[in-house]
Amino acid sequence: MSVAADMLSWACLLAGGAFCIIGAVGLLRMPDLYTRMHAASVTDTLGAGLILVGLMFQAGLSQVTGKLLVILVLLLFTNPAATHALAKAALARKVRPLLENPGEAPSKS
Amino acid sequence: MLNPTRATVLYAVSSAITLFAFWLLLSGYFTPFLLVAGIASAVAITAFGWRMDLVDHEGHPVHLGWRSLIYWPWLVKEIVLSALAVSRIILERRLPISPTLVRVKPSQKTTVGVVTYANSITLTPGTVSVEVSTEEILVHALTREGAESLAQGDMDRRVSQFEGGR
Repeated sequence: MSVAADMLSWACLLAGGAFCIIGAVGLLRMPDLYTRMHAASVTDTLGAGLILVGLMFQAGLSQVTGKLLVILVLLLFTNPAATHALAKAALARKVRPLLENPGEAPSKS
Repeated sequence: MLNPTRATVLYAVSSAITLFAFWLLLSGYFTPFLLVAGIASAVAITAFGWRMDLVDHEGHPVHLGWRSLIYWPWLVKEIVLSALAVSRIILERRLPISPTLVRVKPSQKTTVGVVTYANSITLTPGTVSVEVSTEEILVHALTREGAESLAQGDMDRRVSQFEGGR
């Protein structure tokens, strides 16, 4: 493992961890379900993505990197499906989103 | 499937090969027994998919392969930019959000295209697709600016190109 790869790896891991924490802070600060989902998606995408990329630098060109790549692609395909299912279920159960202009919102344009 | 077309057979063969490649990646062993077991599994799964009528351009959209090399890097760039924007909002003391619902019209022709568009919307932080149909996607955006930039339709155009709209 070269020093450069190690440094890149740690930069990615630390940045990924930082974005996970930012997502968690956002989860606490946001006012309602829908806005909280936006905060959580920072953790889902940049947080998880950077940590996986950092681990790929650790593994080098090997089978493990291939598996990590599969995990990353799997996350990028399943996360939006789960997020959409959650938002749709909430709206179907009449959880009204907090809106800037409540009047204009759910009517057909 | 009573009358398999040539294309369906090609999708089935390509599914089986992809599944076997996935097996090899996960196992990493090349002993005869495990190779044969992998081939048997790949063929069995393809056969199950065939019986369930899942082997088609939707179940295994391999024809989009080379175009994803253009679309995915752009999508990753968008994800990074909007994740940074949402992070900045979270860290700001006064939490400058302006939640907005917006309806956008997908211009894609196939369901795979619309799903790609809706998933891309959800994947970029700051926008979530709440209701999806082929005519309309209802999007919840964290900020008014996010909703407006989505309504301009840059992502929509790129997904349509990715889908192969001519």
